[in-house]
Amino acid sequence: MSKAETFRAHHFNDLEQQHSAAWIGMWVFLATEVMFFGGMFACYTVYRYWYAQAFGSASNHLDVWLGAINTVVLIGSSFTMALAVYNAETGRSKPLIYFLLLTIVLGLAFLGIKFFEYYTKFAEHLVPGSSFQYEGPLARQAEIFFSLYFAMTGMHAVHMIIGIGLLAALVLKARRGRFSALYHTPVELTGLYWHFVDIVWIFLFPLLYLLGRHL
Amino acid sequence: MKSEPVVSIRIYALVFFTLLVLTALTTAIAFVDLGGGWNNVAALTIAVGKALLVILYFMHVRYSDKLTWVYLGAGFFWLLIMLGGIMEDIRKRPSLSPETASTATQSHTR
Repeated sequence: MSKAETFRAHHFNDLEQQHSAAWIGMWVFLATEVMFFGGMFACYTVYRYWYAQAFGSASNHLDVWLGAINTVVLIGSSFTMALAVYNAETGRSKPLIYFLLLTIVLGLAFLGIKFFEYYTKFAEHLVPGSSFQYEGPLARQAEIFFSLYFAMTGMHAVHMIIGIGLLAALVLKARRGRFSALYHTPVELTGLYWHFVDIVWIFLFPLLYLLGRHL
Repeated sequence: MKSEPVVSIRIYALVFFTLLVLTALTTAIAFVDLGGGWNNVAALTIAVGKALLVILYFMHVRYSDKLTWVYLGAGFFWLLIMLGGIMEDIRKRPSLSPETASTATQSHTR
């Protein structure tokens, strides 16, 4: 049995076919993810159309700089993820593990900053619900902005946590020498997922944080 | 399966650098009043540009087969239909707004 055969499931003709099936399957999943987040983006668009003024002033309660720093952290983590895939493709397992760990660290840094932001919102009574306090006549409309803020960034954070779990599993597998230049599909597909989560944030940042300035 | 890397480190680094510049740009533009909704246009154009860079290079789509493009296109085309359809309806029927709806209910119960 050749080395390639050990990675091939019996219902595929060869590794190439197995890889393209997994690859396209991942894209189907990502298309469903576009629909999932798309629903929340549609909700945001409708309410922002109705409550433009309230959304603008509520957005000013978010910290633009923390948002911008987190954008940089997440783009950085996408870069290290891309380098992890590169090292998987060239079959170098040491740098592969190193870049996977770096991606996890950056992902955790993102969640840490996010946690701090959430904490501040709780302290400022900007979390929708019975303790919500907001100055001005448009308080009810601003509450909807914060509901969307927590729903969208919350679901995004859940995706990050799942991603970090997947990355940790990859590190364990890579340490056992499961990946090679010949077979590294899980690294590649987890990369796709991680970049997708990055793209969601690329839209969340301007829509939630920058909106209040002059949008 | 190919063992050649799909994208070179040089291109990854270039894309990373461009993404950082675009992030700085979109943040800076938010503090300048362009007027007439142009801040919206600028922020969303930059976001789409950043997303395209991530999709084409980090996600290797530029070097992928046509089937990948079909699935990617289908996902975003669906999003376009949903956002376009909903917003068209919302804009054409002001009665859908919660404000007009509550006054409408009041006038009905009168």
